[in-house]
Amino acid sequence: MKSLSELDIIRKRALNELNLHDKPDRIRIVVGMATCGIAAGAEPVMKAFVDELERRNIDNVHVTKTGCIGVCRLEPIADVINAKGEKITYVNLDEKKARRIVVEHLINGRPVSEYTAGKAES
Amino acid sequence: MMYKSHVLICGGPECTKSGIAEINKQFERLLREKSLENEVKILKTDCFGLCEKGPIVVVYPEGTIYSEVTPDDIKQIVEEHLVNGRIVKELTLGGKEAKEALKGLEEVPFFKHQLRIALRNCGVINPESIDEYIAKDGYRALGKALTEMTPSEVIETMKKSGLRGRGGAGFPTGLKWEFASKAQSEQKYVCCNADEGDPGAFMDRSILEGDPHSLIEAMAIAGYAIGADQGYIYVRAEYPIAVSRLNIAIEQARNYGLLGKNIFGTDFNFDLELRLGAGAFVCGEETALMTSIEGKRGEPRPRPPFPANKGLWQKPTILNNVETYANVPVIILKGPEWFSSIGTEKSKGTKVFAVGGKINNTGLVEIPMGTTLHEVIYDIGGGIPNGKKFKAAQTGGPSGGCIPAKHINTPIDYDNLLSLGSMMGSGGLIVMDEDTCMVDIAKFFLEFTVDESCGKCPPCRIGTKRMYEILERITEGKGEDGDIEKLETLAKNISVSSLCGLGQTAPNPVLSTLRYFRDEYEAHIRDRRCPAGVCKALLRYVIEEDKCKGCGLCARNCPVNAITGELKKPYKIDSDICIKCGACMEVCKFGAVSKKA
Ligand SMILES: Cc1cc2nc3c(=O)[nH]c(=O)nc-3n(C[C@H](O)[C@H](O)[C@H](O)COP(=O)(O)O)c2cc1C
Ligand code: SF4
Ligand code: SF4
Ligand code: SF4
Ligand code: FES
Repeated sequence: MKSLSELDIIRKRALNELNLHDKPDRIRIVVGMATCGIAAGAEPVMKAFVDELERRNIDNVHVTKTGCIGVCRLEPIADVINAKGEKITYVNLDEKKARRIVVEHLINGRPVSEYTAGKAES
Repeated sequence: MMYKSHVLICGGPECTKSGIAEINKQFERLLREKSLENEVKILKTDCFGLCEKGPIVVVYPEGTIYSEVTPDDIKQIVEEHLVNGRIVKELTLGGKEAKEALKGLEEVPFFKHQLRIALRNCGVINPESIDEYIAKDGYRALGKALTEMTPSEVIETMKKSGLRGRGGAGFPTGLKWEFASKAQSEQKYVCCNADEGDPGAFMDRSILEGDPHSLIEAMAIAGYAIGADQGYIYVRAEYPIAVSRLNIAIEQARNYGLLGKNIFGTDFNFDLELRLGAGAFVCGEETALMTSIEGKRGEPRPRPPFPANKGLWQKPTILNNVETYANVPVIILKGPEWFSSIGTEKSKGTKVFAVGGKINNTGLVEIPMGTTLHEVIYDIGGGIPNGKKFKAAQTGGPSGGCIPAKHINTPIDYDNLLSLGSMMGSGGLIVMDEDTCMVDIAKFFLEFTVDESCGKCPPCRIGTKRMYEILERITEGKGEDGDIEKLETLAKNISVSSLCGLGQTAPNPVLSTLRYFRDEYEAHIRDRRCPAGVCKALLRYVIEEDKCKGCGLCARNCPVNAITGELKKPYKIDSDICIKCGACMEVCKFGAVSKKA
């Protein structure tokens, strides 16, 4: 790193990648993978997302990990974020729920409201 | 006259309270505006039984129920539903509930009252991607410090921000950096305390796992400020995910030239290494931590000399906690005035707490200093489960103390907690309800320190053990007159004559429970009674004759045959035989068995 402007170039590139501005059909699934998430079973959940997406040949969805958001009692947690930055948070996930989210939310476009954080915390 | 539609406005008591009059007025006005007075009839009705979701408006002939209607919603209902015949889905009862379900996690009460500075990226970015960290303004503070600020300007900024150490003692961070920067030496070091030894605490782990780059960036800034080119992160080996993410992050930072030589084209060099701790609590103490990094047995040594002058390998060294560092980049970027505008007079910024115990929403919360315990427990934590009463909260872990219900409205900051006989500590917060025995709690924490004492000095090694034995006797119903006074004398002596913080603060849990719950100690000693019904030796299981149906189930489940009786007649427990396992109470279907304190 030689200068702030070099950092800025990386920042803009990374921001674009995160915000998916030029790829309006792209979706990100972000799975909580800190100790709490992993202990609650986040690894098989992440695998189930990847596997179900592959099986159905869906290639506009990118699965990544993140740290602990603080509500460890609701882990495993995953956010589904579209290109507009709209986010739906699913909680208490397991493999089966992950697969259902792929089918209902990502393919049919209907979020599975039973699994959402808003539902769990209301 | 035939009306096309009917608008039923709830005139029940709850909806009236929540502003039905204004809604009524709006309907009348808008219907007149649209000349619909002769097509739509407004009716006031009785309670629909949906008061929780009120104010309620129902439109016929469709029978659409609009819930939680506000005056602003009326325009939409009139224009879309009554004029165009299209139901406004998002305002209907079902629609609003579906929308509620889709609310983001940030909007639920648990998050609404929080302010995330140290945890800003946790659960947001991918911790294994330096690009995502950079996308969130990562490493800009380092760039700014190196290219636009002198080291003393960095220190001045830290001092002005008012940031104090988050690892326990709350020492002003800027001041610590200033001492080390003034020390004359060719070689200096920057260390991070990621030992996190308090039972139940996981604030630091969450930052290490969720945002490792913020730590690297902050340590480089600290290195620049004091004139150090080497840093060490002392992290406990029980945190394998944290260790692996830190290693990944360090490698990425090196590849980008954010660690290494001539960072940001300046002549500043800085690199980092990890050191794994074996998990002894005392290794979190600063001098012990440094001896452990040097590869020796982690034992505290006397201070002075202070690490700022003679630390790691006798060189000037600063040691800060993970959470302390996580605040640094934001302070550099947003300025010290912004940071010091948050919090109380002498405690600036936020604090992360690991909230656990008898509370509905356990988890990690970051709150502005000055938030009250009441807000943390009820607004964020969702209150105590099973309708139980709040009794006390323990902060500061084994070095801290408890805060009783009568002080629940005290704003949380360093000084208030100290004056209540507790301390901020690293951020453990354990909520206790009415079923908690305070003598038992004190015993629990003291047992921890007895186990963790390194044994170097007798007051800590032997004194805490003596205190523990007394507490053990008290909870077993063998307490004696004078025990309380003995505890107090021991506590005083241990505090003043121990070498390190572990021994000095070890008596705190006992002193603070004695301060607020002396009567519980007395009940144990004098009346052989545990008011909370926790201490087994002081309990009696009894069968209430009028509730017992004589089914005999309890007798069949008692492992020591302490229960006798005849079918259909009240059974009896022989308390001389009973081992207080509680099995009878669990199996009785009629609630006839109870614990008597
Ligand atoms: C027995 C004992 C254990 C400690 N454990 C920790 C720890 O796990 N983490 C920590 O940051 N500080 C711990 N401390 C406090 C450190 O000695 C030191 O004050 C702190 O790391 C300084 O950083 P700060 O100024 O950023 O808080 C401990 C202190 C004592 C006496
Ligand atoms: S006070 Fe306790 S832990 Fe600290 S040095 Fe002495 S014996 Fe060891
Ligand atoms: S189980 Fe309950 S009701 Fe039955 S004999 Fe025992 S105490 Fe009485
Ligand atoms: S508490 Fe256990 S030992 Fe005592 S009477 Fe009940 S079942 Fe028997
Ligand atoms: S008062 Fe309106 S629904 Fe009960």
